[in-house]
Amino acid sequence: MSEPRAAALAHPFAPEGRAVGARDLALLTVALALVAAPHALRAPGWLALLTLALYGWRWAALARPALAPARWMLFALALAGLAGVWLQYRAIFGRTPGIAMLLLFSGLKLLETRNQRDAAATVFLVWFLVITQFLYSQSIPTALAMLAALALTAVALVGFAAPRREPAANARTAGVLLAQAAPAALVLFLLFPRVQGPLWGLPQDAYTGMTGLSDTMSPGSLSQLIQSDAIAFRVDFRGEMPPRRALYWRGPVLWDFDGRTWRAGAADIARRGEPRDDPRAPDRHAYTVILEPHNRHWLFAIETAAQVPERARLLDDGQLLAIAPVRTRLRYDMVSLTEPRAEPRAEPWQLRRALRLPEGFNPRAVALARSWRAAAASDADIVERAIEFFRGAQLVYTLEPPPLGEHSVDEFLFGTRAGFCEHFASAFAFLMRAAGVPARVVTGYQGGDRNPVDGKLTIRQSDAHAWIEVFLAGRGWTRLDPTALAAPGRLENGLSRAVRATSELPLLLRPELAWLRSIRYNWEALTHQWNLWVLGYNPERQRELLASLGMPQPDWRSLGAALAVFLGAMIVALAAWSLRTYARPDPVARAWLAFCRKLARRGLARAPHEGPRDYAERSAAALPDAAEPIRAIAALYIALRYGAGAPPEQVAELRRRVGAFRPA
Amino acid sequence: MAPRAERIALRNWLYGFAPPERGEIVLRHRRVYILPTRLGLLFGGALAILLVGSINYALALGFALTFFLAGLGLAGMVHTARNLAQLGVRAARAEPVFAGEAVRLRLVLASRAPYDRPQILVRHLASGAQCLADLPAGGTAEAVLAVPTERRGWLDYGRFLLETRFPLGLFRAWSYVEPEARCLVYPRPLYGPLPPWSAQATAGAARARAPGTDDYSGLRAFQRSDSPRHVAWKVLARTDELLTKQFSGEAAAELTLDWALLPAAAGVEERLSRLAGWVIAAEREGLRYALRAPGVEIAPGRGAAHRAECLKALALWSGAP
Repeated sequence: MSEPRAAALAHPFAPEGRAVGARDLALLTVALALVAAPHALRAPGWLALLTLALYGWRWAALARPALAPARWMLFALALAGLAGVWLQYRAIFGRTPGIAMLLLFSGLKLLETRNQRDAAATVFLVWFLVITQFLYSQSIPTALAMLAALALTAVALVGFAAPRREPAANARTAGVLLAQAAPAALVLFLLFPRVQGPLWGLPQDAYTGMTGLSDTMSPGSLSQLIQSDAIAFRVDFRGEMPPRRALYWRGPVLWDFDGRTWRAGAADIARRGEPRDDPRAPDRHAYTVILEPHNRHWLFAIETAAQVPERARLLDDGQLLAIAPVRTRLRYDMVSLTEPRAEPRAEPWQLRRALRLPEGFNPRAVALARSWRAAAASDADIVERAIEFFRGAQLVYTLEPPPLGEHSVDEFLFGTRAGFCEHFASAFAFLMRAAGVPARVVTGYQGGDRNPVDGKLTIRQSDAHAWIEVFLAGRGWTRLDPTALAAPGRLENGLSRAVRATSELPLLLRPELAWLRSIRYNWEALTHQWNLWVLGYNPERQRELLASLGMPQPDWRSLGAALAVFLGAMIVALAAWSLRTYARPDPVARAWLAFCRKLARRGLARAPHEGPRDYAERSAAALPDAAEPIRAIAALYIALRYGAGAPPEQVAELRRRVGAFRPA
Repeated sequence: MAPRAERIALRNWLYGFAPPERGEIVLRHRRVYILPTRLGLLFGGALAILLVGSINYALALGFALTFFLAGLGLAGMVHTARNLAQLGVRAARAEPVFAGEAVRLRLVLASRAPYDRPQILVRHLASGAQCLADLPAGGTAEAVLAVPTERRGWLDYGRFLLETRFPLGLFRAWSYVEPEARCLVYPRPLYGPLPPWSAQATAGAARARAPGTDDYSGLRAFQRSDSPRHVAWKVLARTDELLTKQFSGEAAAELTLDWALLPAAAGVEERLSRLAGWVIAAEREGLRYALRAPGVEIAPGRGAAHRAECLKALALWSGAP
């Protein structure tokens, strides 16, 4: 007869006891697929297919429970996957194999999801997969896809908590929760004390796949880079934009030549440079650069940098180097003077370095240069002769230069006569050094693409460029662009007009695709704001924001206090929202309750069954001194409460009387 | 039992109410508690991992994800508390049962809010009986808990736990109520042959055959003590007159169910059980019967109310005055 006791009864909310239904499973599958699909494209094909098969298996097991895998099968599958990943990468840890493992686990986890505890673990897995996506991409489309996955997990969680409720109502609740989470997320995002990472060493392969300039230049290296549409950095000018021909974005300076490759050499032997600013100069331009991560130290600035950003240093050859490699999108403010300033001093050892040439290369170029030296009166005269030579040599600017042999400069100048900017710069610098004029190669970017939507300048990898600097007595290091001598349009119109039509141009540089470009401009303007305000929000930006909010020196304590205040206010607001519908008792009832409390303090608590009249009579009998006000208040209350209406002046009268009521 | 009293006082202070409470109990915020569930603790751990990962890889969207989830958790916490706060609880009358049967305790939960309150667990703490209630917006739901009984007499409703984990399952909000309500538990009936007719009753019954309910003998006006089984429902449907079917001998057959008729060797509880069994049997037979026990003297009667009166007297019997 007797029923089981409490201990024997399973808690109805215990997640172990609740089976996962088709709807829950569908939500989880879609969420997992959303977050795993981009990884599947990066993972080896067999792993992606295996994962897909595991998803399918789970659904087959839902239809026919006999197909559900046993524990040992899951274990064996996990081991087999582990072995496969190891065979593929010869590693289990590290970013790429780690993500392959996560992908596999997403399938295994889904396969073993039977009850709601497993399902909750799957939800957590979705979140971890979301953050691994961000290691690869933090673009707007990625963010939207991940947000969708997040929303699905929220719907799934609500579904677990209320399995009998209408699915539409559960989805609505999840929507309300997400909407209410947004302000808290915003406050946390802005105010949570940010620390500069990393906290520990990152896996070796954490930053592979970033494109950009390198510290060497050999024939063909730049022309490969410029096939890429990827954005190198964006620039927001605070005033007038300098003319396009002045937009030389200085990057690595290459000093050492081995006959084929130019190298930057060690940066530590370079001295610190002193930026020279001229606040009233007409060619002074202030701008903000948002640099895409390239895993190198260089910061790009228009020649010549007049200031040095925070956490960066300027070398005396004009290179701007960040203290740490640029591994996240970096935003810095710059000031540049675009017109050359004479700075005739140079270290003798530097000039010697700028003259060094390997023996036995390019005999014809060496002979030509020596002939100039013999005939010329000065270094400037030699430079003039070289310019004349370049103009008259009928050199062709092309993206597809023919391959060059051992004597690359000779072959280019006197043989193929077709090359890209690295060929021009390399040949010109070689001639200069052979003629005894100190010269160095500068790589960087030239020009940029002005976005008509937001007016920002976008510099892509396809704007990569190389030019040279020669040291002239009385003028110092002077910029020369050998490419411009052969293909003058390169500076004014960009790459697309300068190369011949047969060359394979990056898609977006083709002039006929103007409509595509306009979409691209709009999209990039949006992306720029995204990069600036969302992705670029770092400890420095947080300091700026807090300074503008009146916290000039915020430490983590004051930030924590501000955060607590904001979040507390938010919870109070949420609670107020959630309870907004409870009508407060009307003023008559409030006054009466206050009256009852006053009497209760005198030991005359109103019994639940007692009406106001009986209560008043009992109280009046107990407190004869206060009998008159007690009866008056009760009569007034009865009239207001049960009478035809409650005129405001009578309500006020009741409240006044209750307020004045002081039982002795 | 002084420590016990102190503990009760402490608990009352802690829980914010002094049981038992009358009428509708409103779960003010003061008495709704909330703590993370195990899943909620794991959620917190996951947030910590996500945060550290975001810092380490300087992932702006990682921070966004972490903080968005944190906001979700906060909103979920408020919603969980809201699902219980300001809920109204009222004890409804439970039908009396015989000891050994399960009494169905009924609590009426009132939403008192324009939103629905799904998945509210109501648990009777003493017995562990529990059920889930889903309250529609502004409406009520009844929680029915089958609680086993063992002893006759009044059974206090006792303390109930109300718990919810809606909407995310990350937090558990709960509250206690102890409504002032009780239900009656009749003695466990023991069935045996009905006692012999008393002399008085036999004399009265001389005109009739042995008592029975089979022989229909006519209709008379309905009296409140009549069993609904004997109402002439067909006549009512036809004429709107409430009449009772009369059976031969019925009016005259009268039985006295007397404590003294039971062997003294039987214990008090067994005697009460036997008396209860007689009451049930006599009522089933359609007899008029009186009940007599030390301190109890119930005049002859018949019908559900009479039966209930007799059984209640037996349930609450506590010896001669």
